[in-house]
Amino acid sequence: MNFIDSFKRRGTVSRVAAAASLTLALTAAFLSTAQAAGEEYFPLQSYRVGPYAAGGSGFFGGFIDYMNLINKRDGGVNGVKLTWSECETEYVVEKGVECYERLKSGLNGAPAAATNPLSVGIAYATLDRSTADKIPLITINHGRTDSTDGAVFPYVFPLQLNPYSEVSAIVNYIGQQSGGLNQLKGKKIVVLYHGSPYGRETIPVLDALAKKYGFELTQIEVPHPGNEQGSQWLTIHRINPDWVILRGWGVMNPVALKSAQKVGFPANHIIGNIWSNSEEDARPAGDAAKGFISITTHPSGTDFPVIQAINQYVIKPGNGNLKDPARFGTVYYNLGVVNGILNVEALRVAQAKFGNKPLTGEQVRWGFEHLNLDDARLRQLGAYGLVQPLKLSCADHEGGGAVRFQQWDGQQWKVISGWVQADRALLRPIIEKSANAYAREKGITPRDCSKDI
Amino acid sequence: MSSPDTTLSAPRTFKPYPQQRPLLKVWLAAVLVLIAFVVVPVFGNDYWLNAILIPFLVLSLAGLGLNLVTGYAGQLSLGSAAFMSVGAYATYNLLVRVPALPLAVDLLLGGLISAVVGALFGLPSLRIKGFYLIVSTLAAQFFVEWIFTRVSWFSNDDTSGVLSAPRLTAFGWKIDTPAARYLFVLGVTSVLFILAARLVRSELGRRWMAVRDMDTAARVIGIPIGRTKLLAFALSSFVTGIAGALWAFAYLGTVEPHGFDLNLSFQVLFIIIIGGMSSIGGNFLGAAFIVLLPILLSNAAGALATVGIEAGQLQNLQKILFGTLIIVFLIKEPDGLARLVQTVRNRLRDWPLRA
Amino acid sequence: MGFFLEVLVGGLLAGVMYSMVAIGFVLIYKASGVFNFAQGSMVLFGALTYVSLVERHVKPVLAFGVTLGALVLIALLIGRLVLRPLVSRPPIVLFMATLGLSFILEGAAQLFWGAQVHGLDLGIDDKPLNVGGIMISQFDIFAAATAGVLVIGLSLLTNRTRLGLSLRAVADDPLAALAIGVRLPRVWAIVWALAGFVSLVAGLLWGARLGVQFSLSLVVLKALPVLIIGGFSSIGGAIVGGLLIGASEKLAEVYVGSLLGGGIENWFPYLLAMLFLLARPVGLFGEPAVERV
Repeated sequence: MNFIDSFKRRGTVSRVAAAASLTLALTAAFLSTAQAAGEEYFPLQSYRVGPYAAGGSGFFGGFIDYMNLINKRDGGVNGVKLTWSECETEYVVEKGVECYERLKSGLNGAPAAATNPLSVGIAYATLDRSTADKIPLITINHGRTDSTDGAVFPYVFPLQLNPYSEVSAIVNYIGQQSGGLNQLKGKKIVVLYHGSPYGRETIPVLDALAKKYGFELTQIEVPHPGNEQGSQWLTIHRINPDWVILRGWGVMNPVALKSAQKVGFPANHIIGNIWSNSEEDARPAGDAAKGFISITTHPSGTDFPVIQAINQYVIKPGNGNLKDPARFGTVYYNLGVVNGILNVEALRVAQAKFGNKPLTGEQVRWGFEHLNLDDARLRQLGAYGLVQPLKLSCADHEGGGAVRFQQWDGQQWKVISGWVQADRALLRPIIEKSANAYAREKGITPRDCSKDI
Repeated sequence: MSSPDTTLSAPRTFKPYPQQRPLLKVWLAAVLVLIAFVVVPVFGNDYWLNAILIPFLVLSLAGLGLNLVTGYAGQLSLGSAAFMSVGAYATYNLLVRVPALPLAVDLLLGGLISAVVGALFGLPSLRIKGFYLIVSTLAAQFFVEWIFTRVSWFSNDDTSGVLSAPRLTAFGWKIDTPAARYLFVLGVTSVLFILAARLVRSELGRRWMAVRDMDTAARVIGIPIGRTKLLAFALSSFVTGIAGALWAFAYLGTVEPHGFDLNLSFQVLFIIIIGGMSSIGGNFLGAAFIVLLPILLSNAAGALATVGIEAGQLQNLQKILFGTLIIVFLIKEPDGLARLVQTVRNRLRDWPLRA
Repeated sequence: MGFFLEVLVGGLLAGVMYSMVAIGFVLIYKASGVFNFAQGSMVLFGALTYVSLVERHVKPVLAFGVTLGALVLIALLIGRLVLRPLVSRPPIVLFMATLGLSFILEGAAQLFWGAQVHGLDLGIDDKPLNVGGIMISQFDIFAAATAGVLVIGLSLLTNRTRLGLSLRAVADDPLAALAIGVRLPRVWAIVWALAGFVSLVAGLLWGARLGVQFSLSLVVLKALPVLIIGGFSSIGGAIVGGLLIGASEKLAEVYVGSLLGGGIENWFPYLLAMLFLLARPVGLFGEPAVERV
């Protein structure tokens, strides 16, 4: 008995000692001695693990590679080098918030320029904090639709495409395919959406569009995560619509395509949205994905000068961020590159006003709001055809609202259309109404966008 | 033969153990209160307050709630996140729709609504026993997630079902800085913990433990099993609901229904297993473990990243480590950290006296 | 009427897929008395290993063999390192241990094979068959046939062989089995290996259905209601439970769901399981527990 007791005691004491030394060692990790003053910092709330890891690793891979390109080829943005650090969120909101709090104050003296969490949940949770801390929150191709109204949301930027624009553009494309928007009357469209805030966000605007153009709309929900869609697709089969709009996420996408095949619904009448448009969404479905159409704000592929430059300056010397080099030029990777282009361009624009030095979040916000990428500038950047022309302003934090359509041929995506614009004029009043309601609820006074702040 | 010492020597005065010295206890408590209520908010930085201390306190409270029904009353519940969700949405609706009510009343009512829902989903416990009971709370878990996404009335007609934290004010004091939020959470948590500590030492607490240990015998001696179990669910959900409201408004700032998912329920269950079931202090220990360990590992990961191990791999290693620690804990110290701490204290107490 | 039959048949076939996962649980519960939450991760690990080997140009049969070996090894390690030390603990502790285990397996799977999404092609063209006006999926029929073969094989094993006899003895009363000379560790090892095999088959079928990726481990959440209805310790019960859950879930989603706005598939099986439990606390085929004061 004594022996066992003493063994346990030794065990306990040694456990306490181990815990203490571990704590000490790890606290030491908090202190780092490298100096990074004179650099601009991008905190990366990345996710490379978990159910959405494919998207995360592609996006952040592209983003990091682009920043490396700027550093290596150009020596930074007007001499100010870019630096970053990653904090794994696993797409979990609490972790995203903790990462934000940990990294928001900068890295070794380099101030944080903007956060790019690529997650609706984390964006919602850090929205108020970002505004209070004056750090821009970039939600490219997604986010809170009403954050397009920069008067109420000065620090949130749903760049390029917000959810309303996305569905409006799809409806416009369907109209084009049917021979004109007036031909939509009487057609049947089913929207299959993911059972989450992201999926439900567009329900009212789709109803509005259905009322305007007279098509029969059915919106069907797929409960998260979307592993099982048999009954939904049987219902679709019964309705027999002309088109199905797929607003999926993660595993829901390949399962949708496979379930469609099971009921014999043709893949080339399924249009996926911006989060159902990657290789990782189509490939697992195998044959069932052939002919599947989706939207994209940027084509995949490596033909663009900027992508070639990344290959030359970053990938070939062996500094590429992607583990699997075959993913170079895929949809998520290119999205990361586009995101990098936009973030860096905002820095450039802001530096033109505030000086060639590391900028604070507030100054970077000014840069984003005065972003003006026209064709000429895109050619200079080597991104003509990759990025759409964008013009942001205080009132308009989206700037674009146009998409192209691509089709999966079994191996890759092929672009099948030109730029299709969303009906932003129709959407703007809805967005402003929602933004003003938010402002009232929170007690915020909207900015006066006629003044250049 | 020497004469025996027949005079009675004065009895040796024993130095009483700290447990028997009430004054020391009061001093210790006062110091703790001073540190928690004064030193931390004044000297604490944003990161520690926002990302470590507030979730630590809220998770301890959630653990306390679960402990009441699972640790003390022995009724398994995997639906803690669902009850947190009910509390959060209830408090939100009260805050937004009935602005006349003060925050404290909103929290209380939110907790009460959560208690009612908890008792409802606890009804099956009157007939189902043991492991099978988790089906009832799992049904609650999925149902609550669904209904808050589906019925937009609960989220003030936001079609997405997302709540955005309204402005919190208590007695005219605006709660919008990290220090203010921390103090608010600390206050609510302290009050609930003190109440719970008294509750488990009361008649009801003893009844719970009787039901947990031998419910047939408890019935035989006249304890009303049904009522006892339902009260366990109700009171547990009351505490958990308030924890949920704090989680939503004092910590995250916005919530969506899927934020209160099964993973969160598992987290709370881990807290009470690691901290110690049927222990009050154990909830703090468990919550500290759950909150701090991933952050410590993540920070270490940051340091190791410079060595050349990439972020994704480290995250996987962290998951493996976490799972291993849980198993090791379950094998080595089944009564949780609370028992471990007690053992250490006992050893330290005995150590100077070891022969 | 045709539509109703389509939904029903589709639901039954989906239910067979749930049963496949549930059978793995039943095997482990019979042998070790624990609800193995890590089963989902084992399914994921198996599918991921197989697919990654095949993508590296290993012949499918060989890949199957190697994966099976790996799963069996993992199952044995689990039995030895995790379940043995926890042998007399309450079920909740065992459950938590398997939860921890699922973290380890998920982390390990992604550590070795990465977080990519893979397609899994079993060579079945999933064009729908038209049987008497009702559409049935070829893949689902294949899955049902596989499940049938598996169940027949397992029941032959349990009822006609010596090993099966030892298995039933151990499941019934481990102490008594020990007393008559049944080698407990060996029986446990074999059962866990069998469970590994079943996981691999389930993993391949589910992987072909969903694509091989992280969410595969979530199938375990559908298995629990199946087990509750069918009883934790009966393979036949797992099949019946699966069919019931699959059919009712689909029918409810289509007919009741349209009234409630859809998306009820997640909680409906649990509601059903709960109602079942209220009526029959040990499931359809489960064994009633004896309670003592």
